Amino acid sequence: ICGFSWSSFVSRVNLSLSLLQTVEHGFPHQPSALAFDPKLELMAIGTKSGAIKVYGSPGVEFTGLHADTTAVTQIHFLPGQGRLLSLLDDNTLHLWELVAGSCRCVEDRCMCPHPLHPHPPHPPALLLSATRVTVLLLMRSGDLLCVGTEGGGVYFLELPRLSLKESQTLLQDQIIQRRVLPDDYRCGKSLGPVESLQEHPQRPGKLLIGYSRGLVVLWESTSRRVEQLFLGKQQLESLVWERSGNLFVSSHNDGGYSVWAVTTGNNVIHQPVSSTIPYGPFPCKAINKILWRTTQTGSPVVLYSGGMPRASYGDRHCLTIQQDKEHVTLDFTSRVIDFFTVHGVEQDEGRQFDEPSAVVVLLEEELVVMDLRTPGWPSLPTPYLAPLHSSAITCSFHVSGVPPKLWERLANAGRAHWPICGGKNLAPPPKNQELLLTGHEDGTVRFWDASGVALTPLYKLSTANVFHTDCDPSDDPQDPSDDPDMQQEEEWPPFRKVGCFDPYSDDPRLAIQKISLCKYSNKLVVAGTAGQVIVLGLSDERSAHPVDVSVVDLLQDREGFTWKGHDRLEPRLKPASFPPGFQPLVLVQCVPPASVTAVALHAEWNLISFGTSHGFGLFDYHRRNAVLARCTLHPNDSLAMEGPLSRVKSLKKSLRQSFRRIRKSRVSGKKRPVATPTSKEANAALAEQEDVAPIQRRIEPRSADDSLSGVVRCLCFADTFLRDGTHHGATLWAGTNSGSVYAYALEVPGVGSGRACERGAGEGGVCVEAVLGKEIQLMHRAPVVSICVLDGRGKPLPDPYEASQDLAIAPDMANAHSVLIASEEQVFSLPKVSAKTKFKLTAHEGCRVRRVALVAFGSVAQEDYCEHTLVCLTNLGDMHLFSIPGLRPQVRYDCIRKEDISGIASCVFTKNGQGFYLISPSEYERFSLSAKTLTEPLCSVQLDRPLHATPARSG
Amino acid sequence: MNKTHRVPSNRSLSTVEVKSKFGAEFRRFSLERSKPGRFDEFYGLLQHVHHIPNVELLVGYADVHGDLLPINNDDNYHKAISTASPLLRLFLQRKEEADYTFGTNSLTRKKNTVLSAVLLRPDATRKKPPVIISLPRDFRPVSSIIDVDILPETHRRVRLYKHGQEKPLGFYIRDGSSVRVTPQGLEKVPGIFISRMVPGGLAESTGLLAVNDEVLEVNGIEVVGKSLDQVTDMMIANSHNLIITVKPANQRNNVVRGGGGGGGGGTASGSSGRSSDSGASYYGYSSHGGVGAAAPAPSHIIQNFPVGELESEEEDDEDLVIEVGGEAESAGRDPADYGMPSLPRYEPHLNLRTPSALSVNGAALASGSSGPPSNANSTTPSPDRAAEMRSLEEDGTVITL
Repeated sequence: ICGFSWSSFVSRVNLSLSLLQTVEHGFPHQPSALAFDPKLELMAIGTKSGAIKVYGSPGVEFTGLHADTTAVTQIHFLPGQGRLLSLLDDNTLHLWELVAGSCRCVEDRCMCPHPLHPHPPHPPALLLSATRVTVLLLMRSGDLLCVGTEGGGVYFLELPRLSLKESQTLLQDQIIQRRVLPDDYRCGKSLGPVESLQEHPQRPGKLLIGYSRGLVVLWESTSRRVEQLFLGKQQLESLVWERSGNLFVSSHNDGGYSVWAVTTGNNVIHQPVSSTIPYGPFPCKAINKILWRTTQTGSPVVLYSGGMPRASYGDRHCLTIQQDKEHVTLDFTSRVIDFFTVHGVEQDEGRQFDEPSAVVVLLEEELVVMDLRTPGWPSLPTPYLAPLHSSAITCSFHVSGVPPKLWERLANAGRAHWPICGGKNLAPPPKNQELLLTGHEDGTVRFWDASGVALTPLYKLSTANVFHTDCDPSDDPQDPSDDPDMQQEEEWPPFRKVGCFDPYSDDPRLAIQKISLCKYSNKLVVAGTAGQVIVLGLSDERSAHPVDVSVVDLLQDREGFTWKGHDRLEPRLKPASFPPGFQPLVLVQCVPPASVTAVALHAEWNLISFGTSHGFGLFDYHRRNAVLARCTLHPNDSLAMEGPLSRVKSLKKSLRQSFRRIRKSRVSGKKRPVATPTSKEANAALAEQEDVAPIQRRIEPRSADDSLSGVVRCLCFADTFLRDGTHHGATLWAGTNSGSVYAYALEVPGVGSGRACERGAGEGGVCVEAVLGKEIQLMHRAPVVSICVLDGRGKPLPDPYEASQDLAIAPDMANAHSVLIASEEQVFSLPKVSAKTKFKLTAHEGCRVRRVALVAFGSVAQEDYCEHTLVCLTNLGDMHLFSIPGLRPQVRYDCIRKEDISGIASCVFTKNGQGFYLISPSEYERFSLSAKTLTEPLCSVQLDRPLHATPARSG
Repeated sequence: MNKTHRVPSNRSLSTVEVKSKFGAEFRRFSLERSKPGRFDEFYGLLQHVHHIPNVELLVGYADVHGDLLPINNDDNYHKAISTASPLLRLFLQRKEEADYTFGTNSLTRKKNTVLSAVLLRPDATRKKPPVIISLPRDFRPVSSIIDVDILPETHRRVRLYKHGQEKPLGFYIRDGSSVRVTPQGLEKVPGIFISRMVPGGLAESTGLLAVNDEVLEVNGIEVVGKSLDQVTDMMIANSHNLIITVKPANQRNNVVRGGGGGGGGGTASGSSGRSSDSGASYYGYSSHGGVGAAAPAPSHIIQNFPVGELESEEEDDEDLVIEVGGEAESAGRDPADYGMPSLPRYEPHLNLRTPSALSVNGAALASGSSGPPSNANSTTPSPDRAAEMRSLEEDGTVITL
């Protein structure tokens, strides 16, 4: 067994900087082609941006990028060889292969494209380049490639050199000049482009050539003669052989398919054995692709895409699975790109039937797999390629080192059998489990297993059922059997909703804005667009219980303020039934119901804190009472924040923006670094720019009454010294958009100096109290992005429960603490009152801090040694690393393109130096700043071709 | 100091005729030109002759150009006496009623303060600490041209003091292209330019910046390769003490070096750019009014500023911490005036050391800022800068407008 890997060029360029973009999670943006290698059980997906991704069993992933950003129109595996051919939109052919070497090894050439030369020395090849390639067929012998073209010619290329075999070329004229061909196929017109090429399943060298105008030719390529002609009358869409080779099926433009018998002795066959239009009799759309799979039980399984009645269901994206009486029309939310079945390997002599086990459907926005062996053909959950964007991601939260207990309870979803299991995942099992939580526009929170290369969905939590919304939350489209109406109606076609891509939000107020999870106490806080803050606890039992509702007024009797935005969500009156998993305990609703902009959870103190554009509040969810509400609006700022901060104002607008987003995502180029224009071009561009009025920027210091100045940007709980240097206690810190920091001393029963152990006894009647300790106004009034407290050694304070349960080194409470405040402009720390160190990032670099994280970098040499570093992601997409508490700049990396605003906004850091950001609506790029913690594909594929580390290029 | 502005008395008159105006009243008297005495004696004399012994006065005089200039210390008093030809016209005002503006053309366009860089404090009526008011305490700098001796003649480094002032900075920047001379010939490169001035804004009122000036540096950091938004953010981040190096679109008003020895202050300042750790490290030229206003000799300014206050200049944007129950106090060493406009903040108007340290090496500041502030101040200029300065060190500084 040899290890083979593919990894992208991008990561290697960045290796020297030690910022590694390690792996992409999620679903490829704008997929355009699909292929499957039944021998190696590998699946390949090509995208419109020229990327090819190969997937095997979970953890086995390879990525390749074409040199041009041209759409990949077709991919074909050379079965068992670890090679594949790609056809691009610009009519070029590329041969790829998996090359020896480990993933980490960067010396070898990971990608070996063999482009078909656009101007080859041979004239026939010129002809080939002049006419557009429509279909490709790899002969089973593995050394010959048939190329069907728009001009109707079929060319043969030798593999792997991709050199043209001129003697074999079959031009359309040679068919037309047959005597047997009826006149109406000749009459001066051509037969149309080659639509399908299929090799005879039993006799190699025999080819079925389907022309667009309906004619199908069985061609013997060795003796170069026409064996049979099948005179189809309808525009041809696709062809497929039956396993035995006695039958083939053609699908047509009119929504029908025909079964043709291949009998010896008859040269011209005029009529098919049978012909049906499944969704007739009214005009139907074309059946784009058909598959015919035999089974042991008798009836073949027929699978085809399209063919829907044009008038009534012409806009549906459907795939039909039929066997005998069973007939299911899978109704997808996005376009079907291609599909294949996973079935027995052909050279397996003992088997006489295909026995498909699963059908894999690549849609524009997701991958759907149906289990064909289980009655009812249920869909299989995918362990990777999950559509992250099934509802737009509105926020994300990362938890590392998840305790096994919590993990097990979350993973109860159970892992189904996955049909694509090529390759071997060599990556060691992750040392600690990592969770990625994504909040979505539809009010759901999805839990992903982010420990490995495959981002696997674990669990989905819906918060919509806490509220009374227009849509009935029990209306689960994936479960039509529960719906009595649907069964009674006997709908034709028998639609079944499949897939989870649903970008249209029912109520934009449900969108999740902030998430916080305590991994030790299994408490989860989820906050949304309409000021709702929900505290949830984990439960293994289904339960129907009422949720406590509290309303916290953050305006605090401010005069002359009217909220003109959306209403708050209406809590459900009757108890809802909550499935096992996280179940809501308390609902806190902010008034005015503006979007929640910050949350903090301290499960040990049973406290949550939340902030909106108007102020922040502190809530004791154990005793169910609000402790504190503080308005942060500036007195002059009477006009500010009367409307929602959220980008969606109404349902109508939400829809409009959804469309806009979709449109935008279609045009946005991505990932590939733009070639730097030469100075000449730049000058030309500059000259052009001068004609248009230039953009101006006003230079003025921020003032107190800028709107949005009261927006609470961050909240933080800490056990530290606020009042004096000897007594530490619970504190709450809040930072606003205009550079204000509020610090409150909290009186939590049982917490504080000397009383830490008394918890439990006698806490019944005592309430949490909050007293304002300090207010800091930063001179520059830049937004406060993050606040955290460092202990006497300059290390960040551990999470709640970590210290008390001996999971982390106890913080140094002997020496003075300091607080690290990261504003958009500057990063500095203050112990007590006076500024200690300061680094003016904006003043130096002209960039603003967008995301901040304290990251522990482990040493590669020493197992237990680690250093904490402050990582700042700026609005230019670069990362600055600072030592703490000295705030000395360490390194700077370019990470995200500065134009990629959504990428920068979506960035999440893990505690060990990794991070995620969205590179498209559906894909997370994972990067690592630490050489010690890398998550990248480490896998092997066993190949039966001789190993050439550097194969010869075609000359 | 500009010699050309001095009109030597060739009449060798031993007395100076003084005409003093207070309100509607005039007093005439004469002084011995060779023995003018000290300013406080003169001040007492004025109070005496006008019979206003307990009224605090602002004393101004009309110089040879018709500018209203202040007399409030020995130096400008002596200057006023020596340049009187032959009549010395004085204008007295009650301090609390003062509405004159000192500066160029101030007599001809009194309240039209377009070119005046030295403004009377608007809050003169507020309570003052009981110290003798001298020039730096009375005036707050608004802008200055700095580092004249180390910059190429075609460039201008302007410092805008926004601190605690209501007036907006009042300018806009844009993208543009400028022509540079390269080994390959002329080449157009992208640059940042001032696109608009807000009438009445700080930038316009200084007269030191103009539309289409190319911005080269912001607080010592080059803007080459930075986007418009980046430069905007840099300027806003530094807005409380903004130092912009520009290449003025109008190159006729540039600072001209030369003229040999120059005035007393000029010589002293010409070589000062190299050493930034001694108390005398001033570049000696300030742009009060943009014209050769009678700049006092640097040695006097130093006396007016304790060294500690000078060094604190770097920490000019202190944040405010409010302790519960107590009053506001600054997070830094010196009291900040944020939110407390009643507490005047005195800026050392000729302190050019911090900007020079900034411009010498941005990285040095980055590291220095985390250490004691004196580190940043003692940063030595880079060798190439030193070489540049050495070639200039014999030059005096003369300005023409």
